[in-house]
Amino acid sequence: MISFSKVSKVYGGAQGVRALDHVDFNVAEGEFVALLGPSGCGKSTLLNLVAGFEKLSEGTMLFDGQAVSRPGPDRGVVFQEASLLPWLTVWDNVVFGPKVQGLMRNEYEPRAHEILKIVGLEAFHKALPVQLSGGMRQRVGIARALVMQPKALLMDEPFGALDAQTRLSMQQLLLEVWQRLKTTVLFVTHDIDEAILLADRVCVMTARPGRITKEIPIDLRRPRSIDDLTNSEFTHFKAQIMAEMRGAHDQH
Amino acid sequence: MSKAESKAGTLVPVQLWERLRKTVLALLLPVTLVWLWQLAGTDGAIAGGALPTPDRVWAAWMKWAFGTSTFGLNPYIGTWTQSLWFSAGRVVYGFAIAIAVGVPIGMIIGWSKLASAMIDPTIQWLRPVPITAWLPISIAIFGIRDFGAVFLITIGAFYPIVINTTQGTRDVDKNWIRAALMMGAGQRDVLTRVVLPAALPSIFTGLRIGLGIAWTAVIVSEMVAVKSGLGYVLWDAYYVGRMDIVIADMVSIGLMGFMSDLLIVSIEIWALRWRRLQSFDA
Repeated sequence: MISFSKVSKVYGGAQGVRALDHVDFNVAEGEFVALLGPSGCGKSTLLNLVAGFEKLSEGTMLFDGQAVSRPGPDRGVVFQEASLLPWLTVWDNVVFGPKVQGLMRNEYEPRAHEILKIVGLEAFHKALPVQLSGGMRQRVGIARALVMQPKALLMDEPFGALDAQTRLSMQQLLLEVWQRLKTTVLFVTHDIDEAILLADRVCVMTARPGRITKEIPIDLRRPRSIDDLTNSEFTHFKAQIMAEMRGAHDQH
Repeated sequence: MSKAESKAGTLVPVQLWERLRKTVLALLLPVTLVWLWQLAGTDGAIAGGALPTPDRVWAAWMKWAFGTSTFGLNPYIGTWTQSLWFSAGRVVYGFAIAIAVGVPIGMIIGWSKLASAMIDPTIQWLRPVPITAWLPISIAIFGIRDFGAVFLITIGAFYPIVINTTQGTRDVDKNWIRAALMMGAGQRDVLTRVVLPAALPSIFTGLRIGLGIAWTAVIVSEMVAVKSGLGYVLWDAYYVGRMDIVIADMVSIGLMGFMSDLLIVSIEIWALRWRRLQSFDA
């Protein structure tokens, strides 16, 4: 579904910053992959390349077999701060995509209602983003991406700005939604627990130059829930990843 | 007063009371000034007869506004409303053109680096030219006709509108644009459905400044180049020594500027109500 081969991204001219350095990376259809690393390691850059927000400097990247030239509704992006349009109601934010794509009302409205129900915001469809809590706003962010029925969901630290409790409930929600829809997900995070809990595979990244140093399959049983955070298998993966990240850090 | 006090616990009377208090405070200074002005005058005039006192101005104003002329053609009886509408009409006309031209151009400059490089320097070079300096050209092209005033108003209001729109467009949250593109919006949808509403707070700032300049422009051009409206009356009354009309005219201009600003602010509050709502964070 997503494939990177020898992809580099350099910012600011010839001797600029190498945000990504010869990255080889694949995501299969229906797979949930987490990109894990410290800030500045290029994990968001990688996601932005798939989204079409930025252009790569070297190498080739394919999405669904085709080179990416611009953003589009086949790749639903969930932003860190939700980035809802604040003058539109929850409902208008969710149907913005179908509307500008010129879809028929009777085609997207039932779907939008259903997705709002899934994320638990049915009662709030007339509310404006400022009237919602951070967690609720991010539910709208997820809903507006899902309503387009994207081939992949690209999530850029979507729960990073939320408090610990809200984050847990959002992770639970995402697990349930994914269990239902089985969409391909590329999930960027710096939270080890979050990466293990959600993903089928965790890709550990290091900074300067940005590289994927280790890919760790997480074969925890599905469906998962936030209760898995405390079981022994989970702890085993966590120890493995922490060792990997420490090792990468020591090399610097 | 006793009513407001007795119901001080409920919401609406307190707001009314607060509003009343603000109005009284706002009126204190002008009323005092007018009172001092009245006191300074002897025989209904001050400074050796150069300026009439407020009561004379008021009397002349009332005649100008509501009087019916009986003999001959006195231009200062019953013509106030007419003059007012002449000026206000030109302001509306010129201001509307300034918006129609300034907002799109501001958005283009703010949106496209190429357009910014090509258009912005010219605007910045022309901007320091005061509207009064445009008068000869305006008269040469449009003559002593209505459109000369409209032209001047448009030029005057254009700059603050275009500059604030440009700034508002540049300041739009990058992720809002990315989100719209991700949802399949084309360039036109991004501009009309994202950039325009996002830039609206800045645009309104430009509109308020622009409207103030529009009133200056209409008065200046009517004083020199057009034979009607409050600006024309102002200069004409000065020539025939009617300082009472001059002052009544000035107060009228101030009132119109104030009222039209109030109108813009009301529209702004309505259009941007999404910004003022409070969170009911649960």
